[in-house]
Amino acid sequence: MKVWLLHLVLIAALFAAQFLLSPYHATNLARIMVLAVFAMGYNLAFGYTGLLSLGHALLFAAGMYAAGLSAQILGLTAGPALILGILGGGLLAAAVGLLALRTAGVSFMIVTLMFAQAGYLTILYFGATTGGDEGFTLPAASRSIAGFDLSTDTPRFLAALALFGAGLLASLAIVRSPFGRTMVAIRENEERSRMLGYNPFAIKLAALVISGLYVGAAGAAYALLFGYAGASFATIQYSILPMLYVLLGGAGTTLGPFLGAALMFALIEAASGLTSAYLFFVGAALVALVLFAPKGILGTIRERWVKWLP
Amino acid sequence: MTNFANPTRRGLLMAGGAGLLTAALPGYVGAQAAPIKIGFQLHRTGIGASYGRWYERTAQAALKLINEGGGINGRPVEILFEDDATDPKRGSEVVDKLTQSDGCDVVMGTLFSHVVIGSAPRAGELKVPYLVCSEGYHVASGMLNRWTLQPGITDVRSQISSMAPWVSGNLGKKVTMIFPDFAFGHDHRDFFTAAMAAQGGEVIAQIAIPPTETSFTRYFPQIPAETEVLYHVMVGPAVLTFVKELGEFYGSGAKPQIFGFIDSLEAVDTATPGLEFLEGTHFWEAHNRVKPADAGEHEGHYREAVGVDDNGASISDAADVATYSHMFSTWETLFAIKAGMEAAGYAGPADRQKFVEAMEAMTDLPYGIERPQGAKVFNGKTHQVFGTQNISQVQGGKLVRVHSTKLEDGLYPDAVDYTTMSF
Repeated sequence: MKVWLLHLVLIAALFAAQFLLSPYHATNLARIMVLAVFAMGYNLAFGYTGLLSLGHALLFAAGMYAAGLSAQILGLTAGPALILGILGGGLLAAAVGLLALRTAGVSFMIVTLMFAQAGYLTILYFGATTGGDEGFTLPAASRSIAGFDLSTDTPRFLAALALFGAGLLASLAIVRSPFGRTMVAIRENEERSRMLGYNPFAIKLAALVISGLYVGAAGAAYALLFGYAGASFATIQYSILPMLYVLLGGAGTTLGPFLGAALMFALIEAASGLTSAYLFFVGAALVALVLFAPKGILGTIRERWVKWLP
Repeated sequence: MTNFANPTRRGLLMAGGAGLLTAALPGYVGAQAAPIKIGFQLHRTGIGASYGRWYERTAQAALKLINEGGGINGRPVEILFEDDATDPKRGSEVVDKLTQSDGCDVVMGTLFSHVVIGSAPRAGELKVPYLVCSEGYHVASGMLNRWTLQPGITDVRSQISSMAPWVSGNLGKKVTMIFPDFAFGHDHRDFFTAAMAAQGGEVIAQIAIPPTETSFTRYFPQIPAETEVLYHVMVGPAVLTFVKELGEFYGSGAKPQIFGFIDSLEAVDTATPGLEFLEGTHFWEAHNRVKPADAGEHEGHYREAVGVDDNGASISDAADVATYSHMFSTWETLFAIKAGMEAAGYAGPADRQKFVEAMEAMTDLPYGIERPQGAKVFNGKTHQVFGTQNISQVQGGKLVRVHSTKLEDGLYPDAVDYTTMSF
């Protein structure tokens, strides 16, 4: 009960934040919530199932382009475009998973990285449609949902919050379900779970597809809320970002992705205001994390003090 | 207790001093009028960093000159630089930060097109003028919005188109193009092929290099033997490898005429060992890196202000070659902002729309210290400026100007009329 309460309190606090924060910080919080959905998807694959992927940028881009292109070419509005984005992420995750899950560990990492790179080059190759490396801006008419203009502050914030809230509660439900337990069992000892009668391949594939649905939703939302789709979101950098968010916040914790995304965003924001060498601070923070809290912030808190944290 | 009836000498002195201070106060307050803040998205890190370094220096130099001349509308001007990491996501966040957190009046955008295209929607939402120096055709193509303008540099479509008459008339009619296989290269492919056809020439082969390529040797055998002109343009960290390998491919044997965009060698010394084969080849330059003998009167002052010697390198370090063909855009954009704000009587963010309208009303922009690259014409409908281009030949390891285009060579029909769009 207190677990659900904690998550609901966070969602309520975020809702209240829009009235307390300046428009600038509220917009940043909307960005953070979408990035947190990206990280939550990554966390389900990596944090809970042990699938160390370096190819999630491909799934983010799949969602972004499914939504962006359907808005631009078919003239869809944000609702249907978002659904296509979610499906795009899930379908591509299934296709990649069917092939990449034949490998494990470092090989899985490299194969997913290669798929993502192939996806990036595909976007460039079909530049006449995708806008290539330059990308394209989304038509203003497509950036509305139920009559609300997503290019304005309040609807954008609420849309990001709705996506984040739904994603957070669903991820909590998943990890506390029997299926979620088997994800963790496979992460901890794949052979033993196989011996117990589970099919690790099917469970890992399912986990990866769920991860893809999340990441596709985040990619689609990013395009629809901020008005741009581009190939830079398919580069390796965007495969590493959700990993950093998850590692910072705590892999295998439901709230870790949000905490990690928020802290990383705040760190860049604060450090770039102080010095042009702000990336040094980001690097230093990550080194400190590895040295003093290798399980991430919430992972460490759970280990030492709050055992019930999911 | 103070005795007002019998003032002491010290009391009188203090009262007089206070009076003098009070009298001086209005003047002091006036001189401290709140500065006009210009936000600047800077490629400080990422693939555009070598450009960013010089863009910052150039902008600082222009800022100094503007402030020495009394600022804008009598107010001092301040530039707030913020790294965009040459990334569209961060670029958009930076527009937000500069506008909403730092309170900038307008925002300047820098070179890489994807950052500009990724940031422009946010500038439109915030209704903040976004003045870019990206040379991309995306402004004049109508992709962006009424708040985005490019008043400081001719776009790539115009640059490329204006090269074709001279290339077909002086170097040859059969052209093979080598270009990066992404949007920037595709612009070159499409616009130059069309411009050559209009001149009675022909592009006989188009060799697209994948953007992840680090070695180019295997592409060179695809160059047809009947090629009269080899047209090359590359960007990114592998440019030096590209030109060196091209030199190794041809060796000292016969080679076609070679025409390149200086982007292939921006910030690279043409006298670098391995580049000897470039002797006699030609380059497009917007602004001549090596000071031409017949340079205009303002060229010397501009070079002095930005700290560049007559060879196009830093005054303090001859090995630090400037991104000379592009960086003037930040200088000219700042002076365009000054002109626009003065025409609009800009007093604060409430006048942003008036500023954009004043910019749209601009037409002739004559040569002067405000525009050291050359005279320009601004098209208010397409939000794009047009200027002249140069063709240089490598002579004795240095780029020597051999031709300047006419402004009309680069004009093309309008694809958009931003003035009909709402704010």
